This record gives sequence, C-alpha cells and structure tokens, in this order.
Amino acid sequence: MIIGQQKPIAVVLEMISPYEKIVLAGCHGCVTVCRAGGEKEVEIVASALRLAREATGRPIEIKEVTLERQCDPEYIEVIRPYVHDYQAVLSIACGAGVQFLAEKFPSVVCLPGLDTTFIGVTEQQGVWAERCQACGDCILHLTGGICPVSRCSKSLFNGPCGGTTADGRCEVSKDIPCGWMLIIEKLRSLGMLDSYRRILPMKKWRTSRDGGPRRIVREDLKG
Amino acid sequence: MILKAFERGADGVMVVGCLEGDCHYLSGNIRAKARVARVKALLDQIGIGGERVAMFNVSAGEGTKFARFATEMVEKVRALGPTKINLARGAKNRSESCPIA
Repeated sequence: MIIGQQKPIAVVLEMISPYEKIVLAGCHGCVTVCRAGGEKEVEIVASALRLAREATGRPIEIKEVTLERQCDPEYIEVIRPYVHDYQAVLSIACGAGVQFLAEKFPSVVCLPGLDTTFIGVTEQQGVWAERCQACGDCILHLTGGICPVSRCSKSLFNGPCGGTTADGRCEVSKDIPCGWMLIIEKLRSLGMLDSYRRILPMKKWRTSRDGGPRRIVREDLKG
Repeated sequence: MILKAFERGADGVMVVGCLEGDCHYLSGNIRAKARVARVKALLDQIGIGGERVAMFNVSAGEGTKFARFATEMVEKVRALGPTKINLARGAKNRSESCPIA
C-alpha cells in the first residue's frame, strides 16, 4: 500500500491560514490502513485545527468527509455538490488523491495534509516499511523475493557494496539491514544461490521514473 | 474523543484505565496510554497544553484512589485556568453582550 504520514500541524495551519471555511477530505484506501488519513484521522485533524484556530481568535469551519478512494473518479464526485461552497480542500490522502481532486475540481484550491512517503508493508501495528519503488521491471524471482531496488540503499544489482558492516548492516544506517545480505541469505535458504552467481545486466530505468510520468492503457477494460 | 471534549469547552480531560497488566481487553490500557501521549503532543503543538490531559490507572476496587486522582486533576486544571479556547469564547461572549456603539 501507499504509506503516508501527517504533516506537522503547524505546517497545515500555515497552509490553511488564508481560509475560514474548508473541506477536510480523508480516504478509505491505503492511508486509512496506515492510520494517516482515514475517517478517524479526519476527526482528529479537524478537531486539532478547529481548536488551534479558535485559540487564536480566528475560528474555522471544517466540513469533514472521507471518500471511498480519492484516486477513483466516481468517489471524488461525492463532494461535487458542495465543494464549491468552500474556500479550499485539505486532503489527507496520498499525493495521487490530492492531485486527482485538484484535477477534477480545477477552480478549487487543493492542499496536501500528508507527506506521501513510500509503497510498503505493515511490519507490525504502527510500524511500516518500504518494499517497492514501482520501478516497473520486477526481478523478485531472481532475488529470493527481496527487492534490491528498494532494500539496498544504493539499489545495486549484483551483490553488496563495500559498505556492509560485519553484522550485516548498511553503511547508511545501522538500523537498515544490508539488502544484499538479506537476498543472499534468502537465496541460500531456498537453495537458489545460482541466481546470485548470475550477473544481472544494467537495469533499464526507462520503466521507472526516468521515462517520465507513467501510464497504463488496457484496451480490454477501457471505457 | 479527547479533542472533542476540548472543543466542547473542557479545560482538562482525565483518562482512566485499568491497571497495567490487568486489563479485561489485555492491552487496551497500554494502547490508550500511547494515544493519550499522542493527544498530549498534539495539544502542545496547538498551544492548548498537553498537561491538560492525564491518564490514570486504577482498578474497579480502588474507589479511594480514584477519588484522590480526580481531586488532584481538578486542582491541577483549576490552577492552569481556562484554555485559550475558553478565554477566546469568553471574550467573544463579553463583547457580544456589551457591543461597542
């Protein structure tokens, strides 16, 4: 899922300072699961913003709503009947959600309440970690299901760099396990070390961000 | 819910959970403690003051202790005085009841 985290409340307060009447829009998708932008967070953020503004003598009216998904047009339509009655929309969905709102409502100011951080997993309750950079050319079948693009700090493709510590940590931080150590250990446990001996060619980054904004068109589904 | 209490005019909020390690919901009180800590930090960031929220742990059989905690909390909040929200609301009400001609 897409992982996000709330911007500091002071940053959000600065962002909404010109407005007296806003919509605060959450999302029932990924950001609900990572506890950053779901219904509950909408209530908490709205309350905090109202309290902060009232304390400074400039109360703010906040319409609270949580859309099923902010990345799908049909769910965005839910707020169309009233969105133009407000001065801005503060979205606590991922960056895709904020942009899609801005795109669908061109005359409405759309503001980001979250920092979208990575595609990752819930390692345990309250702990999320990156697993994928959406490079567009998956090689997990060769690396024991552990991605060198996202798990190696340098995104190396043929084994570790010289910075791996004796206890298998990354030189970038002792809190990061060396991605290649993880891959090698996993391949060894799977009896697939032959995969490691195979030299991987230079990665074609064209499928990643290097090719510009990406788009998929499925003719069988296109409406 | 804690923030809503402040929105509705509370000057302080006391959260009471069961004793740690003795909760019917196993870790409910431990999670509540972490969430109270989050709210305290949030209240600090918005200038209301995290000290206006406190969590206490008592068992169902500790009525005296509960009463002592409640008294302590009330005294603490009285000493802190009204929140900025209530001060602003008070000033607004005063100005609305005595409009300047």
